[in-house]
Amino acid sequence: MRLAKIDWLLGAVLLAMTVAVSACGSSSSSSSSASNLPSKIGKTEGQLNLVAWEGYAEPKWVKPYEAKTGCKVHAKYAGSSDEMVTLMRQGGGSQYDMVSASGDASLRLIRGGEVQPMNVALVPEWKNFFPQLQSPSHNTVDGKHYGISLQWGPNTLLYNTKSVTPAPTSWSAIYGPEHKGEISVPSNPIQIADAALYLSKTQPNLGISDPYELTEAQLNAAGELLKKQKPLIKKYWALASDEIELFKNGDVVIGAAWPYQYSQLKAANEPVEQIIPKEGATGWADTWMLSAHAKDPNCAYEWVNWVSSPKVQAEQATTYGETPVNTKACPEMEKIEKGSCGVYHANAPASYFDSIKFWKTPVAECGNGQNDCMDYSKWQQKWTEVTG
Amino acid sequence: MSAAGFASPAGPTARPNARTRISAALFRRPWLRGGLLLSGPLAWFVLIYLAALVVLFISSLWSVDSFTGNLVHSWTLKNFETLVKVDTYRTIALRTIGIAAAVTVTDAILALPFAFFAVRVAGKRLQGALFVAVLIPLWSSYLVRVYVWRLILAKDGVLNWALEGIGLGSLNIGYSNWAMWIVFSYIWLPFMILPIWSAIERVPDSMIEASADLGARSWRTFRSVLFPLILPGIAAGSIFTFSLTLGDYITPTLVGGAGSDFIGNVVYQNVGVASNVPFAAAFATVPLIVMGIYLLIARRLGAFEAL
Repeated sequence: MRLAKIDWLLGAVLLAMTVAVSACGSSSSSSSSASNLPSKIGKTEGQLNLVAWEGYAEPKWVKPYEAKTGCKVHAKYAGSSDEMVTLMRQGGGSQYDMVSASGDASLRLIRGGEVQPMNVALVPEWKNFFPQLQSPSHNTVDGKHYGISLQWGPNTLLYNTKSVTPAPTSWSAIYGPEHKGEISVPSNPIQIADAALYLSKTQPNLGISDPYELTEAQLNAAGELLKKQKPLIKKYWALASDEIELFKNGDVVIGAAWPYQYSQLKAANEPVEQIIPKEGATGWADTWMLSAHAKDPNCAYEWVNWVSSPKVQAEQATTYGETPVNTKACPEMEKIEKGSCGVYHANAPASYFDSIKFWKTPVAECGNGQNDCMDYSKWQQKWTEVTG
Repeated sequence: MSAAGFASPAGPTARPNARTRISAALFRRPWLRGGLLLSGPLAWFVLIYLAALVVLFISSLWSVDSFTGNLVHSWTLKNFETLVKVDTYRTIALRTIGIAAAVTVTDAILALPFAFFAVRVAGKRLQGALFVAVLIPLWSSYLVRVYVWRLILAKDGVLNWALEGIGLGSLNIGYSNWAMWIVFSYIWLPFMILPIWSAIERVPDSMIEASADLGARSWRTFRSVLFPLILPGIAAGSIFTFSLTLGDYITPTLVGGAGSDFIGNVVYQNVGVASNVPFAAAFATVPLIVMGIYLLIARRLGAFEAL
């Protein structure tokens, strides 16, 4: 390799870049979906393509569905909300029929035109849902239902009962120095909402009323809290299994977690407990959303009907460690696993819902009609600033 | 090969058939011959390799609609502005380059005596065994090796168990930059040993003997004779260790602690988590530039001749 050749090559690359830059003009595309709600479920198409969280299309309830409707289920598992959004966007959006979107993705999908409204009248079980999850703001916009709620759960404070004494009652346990270097929190921008929720109780003068609607000053305050927290953190976990390993190996004794980690660690006989601290907690709520370009809408409606039924709701809740949206699922859960209805809060009173702030995509439009809130890309940047 | 020489026995009437005509035409036009031979690899290089870089560069000048997440195809330098203005990205870039450099130096220090021993001191059988030992880790998956280190460095892991066993107390280096440094140094070590190994092999015994005959002691021989001769080998190895560390994001994810993100992690998060491909593309140009500068320096040290 000679210098002259390298220079020539570099020149060629630069030239190619210049040509390409000048050749690629501006273009824009817009997509909109007409909302012609179906009035009945027609003949099924024979297949159903899903983007789902791992564990959301288990043979236990998929096989009977296939036998009943003749719709063959093809599930693509996604590892994050953002991967789900990406999957629903690619290839014109007709590759997948439905997505099990969490609250931090659902509004993005709605605004991006990737999903279409659904007719809740075609889902009889919908009336039995917890009222808070029939038309929640993360999947219902302007009275249109962009999907059917599925399951939900809180983000809890998980701790090792041997190392953390006395038992914590507040999120301050992961913001203070008592457990320095033994704390783990999720590696996810939506974690900012946890800090905002904590600040809304501890620093009321900031005026945070909704942890997902933050002004620049409020977002900065949450960022400052998280920056102070960073030296206390052992690791930001990306996968639930990471946090389970950290707890098992003694690297971490306290952290923000899902009930899933708790049940896994409990099953492995680790000395752990989980609580919803006195400040309340954030939570996720998943929705089956119908792609704007779905090719198999009838199979999709059959699917939401199937997974909304009390029995399947109970099966999924006990498998995954989450809370069903159908109030009738409780007795079915007791049949599968005695006491599980209470453990997973399937009989939760309204006050329990009030203590959970469900994930939703942060957007510029604040609840008060103003546009001075920080949107998700700002959250993402702030999160990188904190953890980088 | 002479096309004309094979042409006559091909047809009974001595009229050249199509095949011979083509080979004759190619023989007469060396540029055509070369062009045809090169067209395959060249097309691959231009289409797959350079085109990817061009697309990367172009998309770094686009932006993303913050709400819908759709690409906005109009030119802007905003991404590069963010890179320069926000401290975090500078910290991440410096951390990436710093650890890549530390790993390179560590590997060079570890590899030099090892390769020297293997080539100059060890007998034939031992040399073979050492060669296999260097390569054995490469037979197992990268992920497996990183996960094993996670178990070794964990608080209740093998390292602390051993340290406590000999009464030295425990170290708290799991999930930290120290852990990344150790794991990277381990994983890329073979890529440093092998070029140095072959560089030492190429040094003629006579030079070492001549140096000794002229009265140089071993250190002097190493400094003035051996080291300058194997420097290209070290530079060649450093290209591997440096570039492989620079582009990695899996090890930081798995063994890094809070604040251990690499450039690759930010790129990954922006593509996979935030769907902000333009910003990811902009940040991805940073290691490209760093590597370009590094290769220019390595070339001066003669690394390309030692590859």
